[in-house]
Amino acid sequence: MSEGHAHKLYLHAHSPVHALPAHCKLAAVFAFVLLVVSTPRESMWAFGLYAALLAAVARAARVPYGHLLKRLLIEVPFVAFALLMPFVAQGPYVEVSGISLSASGLWGAWNILAKGTLGVAASVILASTTELRELLLGLQRLRLPPMLVQIASFMIRYGDVITDEMRRMRIARLSRGFRASSVRQWGVLAQSAGALFIRSYERGERVHLAMVSRGYAGTMPVIDEVSATPAQWRGAAALPLAALAVCLMGWTL
Amino acid sequence: MDAVTPPPPSPPPSLQVSGLAYAYPDGHQALFGVDLTVPRGERVALLGPNGAGKTTLVLHLNGILTAGAGSVTVAGLPVSARHVAEIRRRVGIVFQDPDDQLFMPTVREDVAFGPATAGLRGAELASRVHDALAQVGMEAHADRPPHHLSFGQRRRVAVATVLAMQPDILVLDEPSSNLDPASRRELADILRKLDVTVLMVTHDLPYALELCPRSVVLSDGVIVADGSTQQLLCDERLMAEHRLELPFGFDPGSVTVPGR
Repeated sequence: MSEGHAHKLYLHAHSPVHALPAHCKLAAVFAFVLLVVSTPRESMWAFGLYAALLAAVARAARVPYGHLLKRLLIEVPFVAFALLMPFVAQGPYVEVSGISLSASGLWGAWNILAKGTLGVAASVILASTTELRELLLGLQRLRLPPMLVQIASFMIRYGDVITDEMRRMRIARLSRGFRASSVRQWGVLAQSAGALFIRSYERGERVHLAMVSRGYAGTMPVIDEVSATPAQWRGAAALPLAALAVCLMGWTL
Repeated sequence: MDAVTPPPPSPPPSLQVSGLAYAYPDGHQALFGVDLTVPRGERVALLGPNGAGKTTLVLHLNGILTAGAGSVTVAGLPVSARHVAEIRRRVGIVFQDPDDQLFMPTVREDVAFGPATAGLRGAELASRVHDALAQVGMEAHADRPPHHLSFGQRRRVAVATVLAMQPDILVLDEPSSNLDPASRRELADILRKLDVTVLMVTHDLPYALELCPRSVVLSDGVIVADGSTQQLLCDERLMAEHRLELPFGFDPGSVTVPGR
């Protein structure tokens, strides 16, 4: 799987983090996020330590910080929501440069911002160091319901096919002089969306027919066995173990 | 005089269809008693106009549709719910759109899908995949995702996906559709080299003539002609009656048909 499937998040490199099996990394990120979420929001220093841990992982994975920060932008809509909280939440108010803000709202906003950012950063590192295909195999290995893994794998396979179909339909519309210049044209766009849905649905039926013809009976065969050595598990566990220490300190100090 | 050794029992035909009739649940009857026998190793073209029932017939061959009347036997095994897994291994259908046929993330996994479903694992599976890809000359592309291949390459991989199941009969639905002349010729070369029974559903009459010594014509749900491809194509009345038309300027009588 050296070529292709280079989704936009993935950074091709050779690093100890890239080399870890996907299911170890998935488990590590999941445990890390759980630990971050269960840390009391008042221990602000703990979140700084978490960020330092992630920075160390990113360094080991040869993910440039610039890349990481750019990918973090996906979080912006949630940040906007968090920034509203001090204005809408109730409770005792504090004055910050002449504006009265809710104290519980401020804590809530901090809580969402800090934990959300750490979670997104961990996921970005995971996505930058793991190919989509491996992620799917990892999820399969972690016993995610096979139906979900199959759906995700078909999304990867047919995303481009459907985008292509959409592009052809757009060109066909444009070729017949269509311009989406006002609300009145929305009907046409809605019809295109409907037609695309029907086409995709029919394709789904044909794909199913092809699968059944090759012996499919509801479960995907395991073609690539993925396994991890104890050393690899220990490597992946470094991040959640360090986070566990931080989390415990956060509760006791 | 030496005792005459009895000839070895001839293998059962790869495909035997007798009296097959089928009506869709909405009442539309598509097949009215189809009889067709394809001996082992033969390449047969199934010709017929749109709506003649070709696809319906193909879907009966591996038990996706079940016969209303009559029977289908594949290499001696009747198509029935009891044997459906074995039947689907024996009948390899290559559908028209390779994007429907190739549904796995990489070529290698797609070719492995059939044999892996049948329970093959490890080195045996890997060698089966490699052999199938080598037969269509695509072994160098094993780790690529199907949508990065050209249309002709995808069609060849689609053929490999069923070859990997070591079928008794290869059923090709419009194998030459949407191929440029070079890909078309490459596919013909590959098909000619395969040692397997082929049933080829097609509108592409020159392609049928090039690849299949024998043809059958399906029209309105019955087989109306069965014989040498060259003779059928030269029979102008038969051709006109069943909406079969040759490309402009093509004279089927003038070409020498390559042997098997």
